[in-house]
Amino acid sequence: MYTKEVMDHFSNPRNVGEMPDADGIGTEGNPVCGDVMKLFIKVTDNKIVDAKFQTFGCGAAIAVSSMVTEMVKGKTLDEALSISKETVANALGGLPPQKMHCSNLGADALRKAIEDYKNKQQK
Amino acid sequence: MKEIYMDHVATNPLHPEALEAMLPYFKEHFGNPLSLYEPGIKAREAIENARASTASLINAKANEIIFTSSGAESNNFALKGIAFANQNKGKHIIISKIEHHSILNSARFLEKSGFAVTYLPVDKYGVIDPAIVEKAITKETILISIIHASPEIGTIEPIAEIGKIARQKGIIFHTDAVASVGNIPVDIQPLNADLLSFAAHQFYGPKGAGALYLREGTRIVPLIYGGIQEGGRRAGTENVPAIVGMGKAAELAKRDLQKRINHVKSLRDKLISNALKVEKVYLTGHPEQRLPGHASFVVEYIEGEAMLLLLAGKGIYAASGSACSSKALKASPVLISIGTPAHLAQGSVVFTLSEGTTEEEINYFNEVFPQIINQLRKISPFAKGWGDMEDKTCTPRK
Repeated sequence: MYTKEVMDHFSNPRNVGEMPDADGIGTEGNPVCGDVMKLFIKVTDNKIVDAKFQTFGCGAAIAVSSMVTEMVKGKTLDEALSISKETVANALGGLPPQKMHCSNLGADALRKAIEDYKNKQQK
Repeated sequence: MKEIYMDHVATNPLHPEALEAMLPYFKEHFGNPLSLYEPGIKAREAIENARASTASLINAKANEIIFTSSGAESNNFALKGIAFANQNKGKHIIISKIEHHSILNSARFLEKSGFAVTYLPVDKYGVIDPAIVEKAITKETILISIIHASPEIGTIEPIAEIGKIARQKGIIFHTDAVASVGNIPVDIQPLNADLLSFAAHQFYGPKGAGALYLREGTRIVPLIYGGIQEGGRRAGTENVPAIVGMGKAAELAKRDLQKRINHVKSLRDKLISNALKVEKVYLTGHPEQRLPGHASFVVEYIEGEAMLLLLAGKGIYAASGSACSSKALKASPVLISIGTPAHLAQGSVVFTLSEGTTEEEINYFNEVFPQIINQLRKISPFAKGWGDMEDKTCTPRK
């Protein structure tokens, strides 16, 4: 059902955990639907220098979370914003169709984290 | 890696003796049971022998057994066949909220065909109160159908009492006993059932073989019209090898039932007491009135499919009622019916044991299961609680 890449990121998720000094936090999803992702980013000079995540959800949700944190590291905020659900799914070698929407929370959580960072900057 | 199959409620391997019994009917005894020459007569005899041992497993008469293709077919047949045979007497049917999909969806079909259906609630253990059944009966009620044991939460229903009420009121009573026949003693007489569905693969028979018990003298409308097979009530050339396999498996189940129950029960109790030592793991279903090999839980703060994948990675195969693990992406209606909050229902996991399960396997499982829970809780944002995430509703994402 899942690709090798999904199983790899699910079984050995990268960048798991809380980030106490995060510059931006984005939470997406809802446990009643089955998936929630919380994404933490650290930003220096408009660049994401570190990312971490916590996820409640199925194998796809955890793999997507892990993959997004890997993809964003070293990217500028604008580059990061260009990451879409499809980009993440493709990087994982594809997701089962029924998981494309419900479990593919990475790109949306990322957008929220960047928004959160920008809001904090304006204050 | 060793493989530990703990999903016996999904299906079972074929018993070697059942396979042995089936083989000649794929080969030399290939005849059509309706044919009047020797190979046909051999096939006919085999079916009738299988009917006798299948009937004997539930203490029925041979002529009260109709062979079908599955438990789902038996359930469809029972609901639609009895509804259509009795629609002149009334158009009201009573079922529960925790029925199998083959009952629920047949009931929905009947609603579209002009019948009214009452879906009875259950208590927190999934038990249906016979008094509630009695209250739901109207002058229009023609059929009551209640599941004997839940494959999802293991709870065994008070079928004998419900059957007694139905009999007193003169209402036909069906029970879906797919999860119970072959796993606990099922005797049709004290259960007071007029119809009872069961399937061979639940007790080491082949897939593709099921049966409907139909009490002598009960009228039913066929699902499948055609020839005179199964007394004209279920047409189509018989699946002779599968029927023979069901008969053999029934014979073995009757012989070994108590041994099987004793074996799985102690292992299951060991599994449950160990799992409940882990913080925020809860048993679902009734603690005592449950299938002997059945252990089902909800685990707080993590999701079922993720648990199944990690367990499978350790060679352990199990089931879940979480939304993500179902193709429909909906949390199990059974868990919701027993009052499990939807976010907690995501952490559903079900383990079912068999006579082949060993002490060593349970010890290994008991070691692995808490590790997997911890591993996923370390990833979960809810490790310290649900926060404001409780009691949300789910609207599908685009």
